Amino acid sequence: MTLTIPALRAKNVRRRRRTPLAVGLAAAFLLAVVAAAVLAPALAPHSPDGTDLLNSLAPPGSEGHLLGTDSAGRDVLSRLLHGARLSLLAPLGVVLLSGVLGTVIGLTAARAGGWADAVLSRGMDIVFAFPGLLLAMLVVAVFGPGPAGPICALSVSYTPFIGRMVRSLAIQEGTRPYIDGYRVMGFGELWVTVRHLLPNILPALIAQSALGFAHALMDLAALSYLGLGVRPPEADWGSMLSQSQSAILQGAPWSGLIPGIAILLTVVSVNVLGEHIGGSIGRKTSEGT
Amino acid sequence: MLAKKDAPDGTRRAAAVPDTVLDVSGLGLTIGAGARAVPLLADVTVRVAPGETVGLVGESGSGKSLTARAALGMTPRGARATGKIAVAGVDVLTAGRADLRELRRTRVSMVFQDPRASLNPVRRIGDYLTEGLRAGGVPARDAAARALDLLGQVGIRDPRGALRRYPHEFSGGMLQRVVIAGALSTEPALLLADEPTTALDVTTQAEVIALLKTLQSAHGTGILFVTHDLDLAAAICDRIYVMYAGRIVEEAAGTTLFEAPAHPYTRALLEASPSVHGDKVAIRAIEGRPKPLAEAPDGCAFRDRCPLADDACAAEVPALRAHTVRTDTVRTGAGSRVACVRPEEATP
Repeated sequence: MTLTIPALRAKNVRRRRRTPLAVGLAAAFLLAVVAAAVLAPALAPHSPDGTDLLNSLAPPGSEGHLLGTDSAGRDVLSRLLHGARLSLLAPLGVVLLSGVLGTVIGLTAARAGGWADAVLSRGMDIVFAFPGLLLAMLVVAVFGPGPAGPICALSVSYTPFIGRMVRSLAIQEGTRPYIDGYRVMGFGELWVTVRHLLPNILPALIAQSALGFAHALMDLAALSYLGLGVRPPEADWGSMLSQSQSAILQGAPWSGLIPGIAILLTVVSVNVLGEHIGGSIGRKTSEGT
Repeated sequence: MLAKKDAPDGTRRAAAVPDTVLDVSGLGLTIGAGARAVPLLADVTVRVAPGETVGLVGESGSGKSLTARAALGMTPRGARATGKIAVAGVDVLTAGRADLRELRRTRVSMVFQDPRASLNPVRRIGDYLTEGLRAGGVPARDAAARALDLLGQVGIRDPRGALRRYPHEFSGGMLQRVVIAGALSTEPALLLADEPTTALDVTTQAEVIALLKTLQSAHGTGILFVTHDLDLAAAICDRIYVMYAGRIVEEAAGTTLFEAPAHPYTRALLEASPSVHGDKVAIRAIEGRPKPLAEAPDGCAFRDRCPLADDACAAEVPALRAHTVRTDTVRTGAGSRVACVRPEEATP
């Protein structure tokens, strides 16, 4: 190795650091899924709801049906592509909603302390104790099926996960001298918290949100599987799984297997990518300290 | 939170003596309430005049940092403060939140022990230096120019490039210069330096001290220098307060304190620190461990560790009283004060 100036070297190492293969694959797969969701109308060979009863349960590779058809004769590929939209957007909604709620509650509890912390923390404990799926089913029972109900219900039940984590991180980060430094400079509590404390706990928040996305995708698929998610003609991966039960008994597993694999790969990819992003941001900010 | 008590005698809002930038008198700090109340500080009196460097020394846990932070109204959560703290004429204990912020923004700055921990790792140096100015209404362009000027003043090479760098790209000594630049950006009347050189190596320490002194003489800033390094304090401070168990036990001019300590604790501290000058002397450790105010014995807090202690020391807390030291080398200790029943025996 040649002699290099430390400051320059630190920069170059960060830039040259190799991305692991798994992360590259995960990112590529997610990009493909997002592209498929966006371009679904153009890519899908058939209408996702178009039934072709004469051609039901066609195996993958059949003429005109690359991934076969389900028991109602709907093209599995077309439904998979169209279903990707809701299957990605709904968990994203859950992650964003619970992320914002949890961050606001967690930061408030940590920075205000005292009775505000006590009230918010006990409130989160109560929500935490209530199973998310049960809450979602309750909401669906009251407001009827459709994606909005489960999204809101799951957001509420995921909030304590984010909130508790943000609270403990913010309490820990709040004891660091630079926080006092900014207070000494005459900045208000809100300014210091949002502008200086929050960016420092963001890596952990992103990693946790990625995990939350995977969880939400699974939970929403479970709700759809139970028939509590999207309304029948519309497709998402969970409901595709649900509707393929009878087909599996009839010896045609593909209509259930294919959306199942899509869910699995997406969840794994998001987890891998989330951990990588969280890790690399953490590395960047803690470098040299 | 700050205690907002009504003034019992109507004097607490009285303006401070104009020639002090920091006037702490009779400060007491208690955490908790009722039977579970734990005293942290008692009857602490510290004054700093403009352009003066005042040392606050003591062991860990003696309350020196607590005193410095209290001067900014940053008391621990749930603590109650009594007495009076005036910074540049503003009564910190009764000031409202907005007044306090204004005071911190314009009149007082603080430099912390570890420069690496006292800068936000995800913000650039330029952001750190200009944020305070911009929040005060200075346009971004002017703030950047001022930051550049400040970095030049504290001796950072390539100040223009430094503005764009992150804290982790600097050495500890350079970072402490950046922090000092930030602390002086508002030309404060008072600088609280909480062990600003403890985390630095000795040569860097000397550079940072020299820089502080230069900037002090240029701006006439009063400095309260909190440290546990007696030699350093004696070298740079005009006056030194020695703290033990949440109380001031001795106040003296830097040289007087060093050559003729009047409190047994000060003397013990001096004997416990190694010196490169003079004959080889064995370092004598102080028996026992430092106690917080809540656990300290009745009467003089130091009496359980003091070689001179007897029954008279247990009677009551010795008041801080004027004391003149006369030895062969030191003619006068005018302005010296000590909280000991028989300081004569302590002076070597």
